[in-house]
Amino acid sequence: MLIGSIIALETSDLLAAVISIGTVGLVSSVIFLFIGAPDIAIVQVVVEVLVLVVMIRATISKDLTTISGDRELFGVVVSIIMLAVIFIFGIKVFSDIPQFGTNIISLFEGAPSNVYLSQGLKETGAPNIVSSIILDYRAYDTLGEATILFTAILGALAILRQKTKRKTKGK
Amino acid sequence: MIYALCLILFLIGLYGVLVKKNIIKIVIGLIIMDYAINLFLLLVGYKKNGIPPIISKGDDIAEFARNSVDPLPQALVLTSIVIGLGVIALMVAIAIRLYERNGTFDITKMRRLKG
Amino acid sequence: MIGMTLIVKTIAQWIKSFIFLYGVYITLYGHLTPGGGFAGGVIMVCSFILLTLAFGKKKVLSKLSKALASELDSIGSLIFLAIATLGMSIGGVFFGNFIQKNIPGREFALLSAGMIPLCNIAIAIKVGSSLFMVFIILAVLRVVEKEGRLEMIQTEMREDE
Repeated sequence: MLIGSIIALETSDLLAAVISIGTVGLVSSVIFLFIGAPDIAIVQVVVEVLVLVVMIRATISKDLTTISGDRELFGVVVSIIMLAVIFIFGIKVFSDIPQFGTNIISLFEGAPSNVYLSQGLKETGAPNIVSSIILDYRAYDTLGEATILFTAILGALAILRQKTKRKTKGK
Repeated sequence: MIYALCLILFLIGLYGVLVKKNIIKIVIGLIIMDYAINLFLLLVGYKKNGIPPIISKGDDIAEFARNSVDPLPQALVLTSIVIGLGVIALMVAIAIRLYERNGTFDITKMRRLKG
Repeated sequence: MIGMTLIVKTIAQWIKSFIFLYGVYITLYGHLTPGGGFAGGVIMVCSFILLTLAFGKKKVLSKLSKALASELDSIGSLIFLAIATLGMSIGGVFFGNFIQKNIPGREFALLSAGMIPLCNIAIAIKVGSSLFMVFIILAVLRVVEKEGRLEMIQTEMREDE
């Protein structure tokens, strides 16, 4: 996954870069299956295929040649130093989070996940707990997400609209 | 240990946004950052030897509530993935319009903001 | 030649019904097995994308025109809001599951869990139509040279000049 992302950023052919993104998404979906989230794995695969289709449509038969070099050397060196500093501080933060694999919802007594897991079937009647969360307990978030999708697609359609030529009104 | 890999993936995406000159490379950097954040959110909710949060027929509810993984991060990541798709479609539409106006994808050659 | 070769066209005509049926199955059984409205809607529109890539834009737009897709988008979103407002007037809270509290169904059956299958169907229609419109707009625009400047025109996909 790391190698695929580095190849996607460094190669000079735009079409190869877009296809390397596909490997990052595919490995991510397989990791989701091993974690125990089959719902998310289905959505990730399907959405990643659509992202590939949209990006390929943007780069094909356009300016496919190489762009010479990056920004000037001073900017690149300062960016890399700043990223290294963020990395060192991040490692210190991650030693405070509980270890990977511990049961976080048993550490807190009033965690909402305990209520969702034990009362979900009785109150909503849906055996799929994730569906009952996004459509019954937290349905307001789904309404917000539907609004964001609607607005983003509306913006994209408004940008790509053409001006229609006015035909001269005849006699 | 595995959280550090998520952090490295996020920083690779951030490097792509800061350093590259081509607009398509900048959009690719944003996509990589999106994947890294979704992966990290799901890894926090994992439980060793856990089962997916779906009840089958004839299961004991108390046993199921003790063994399953956390379902709340999964609901939030589902929303986040679909939002990422909408935002990428909007960015690609803007990139196509910029290409039509300036003739290239290079951002150091785009100086005028209007007109 | 508009579209792809004969082998691709034949196989696409056989497979498109199965892909659409799979999308409908994942949407309807969203409360029993993994899946739900979002994945089902995107899979349903993938069959239309397959037809567009194999046959060209004209044949697909005769089945599902741009005006119809735009109306379906709005109808799906309005049904979702109507279910939420009905929950407020009957149940007392916004988005309350009013069907489950009054007429509880059998567990693990297809017609159970109140308003959750209806919401899944509304979201699938909405997401599917939005992504279909975006794909059609991106597939027919092409930047060409015209009298010295670049300009965007609408062309047929994969047409040899």
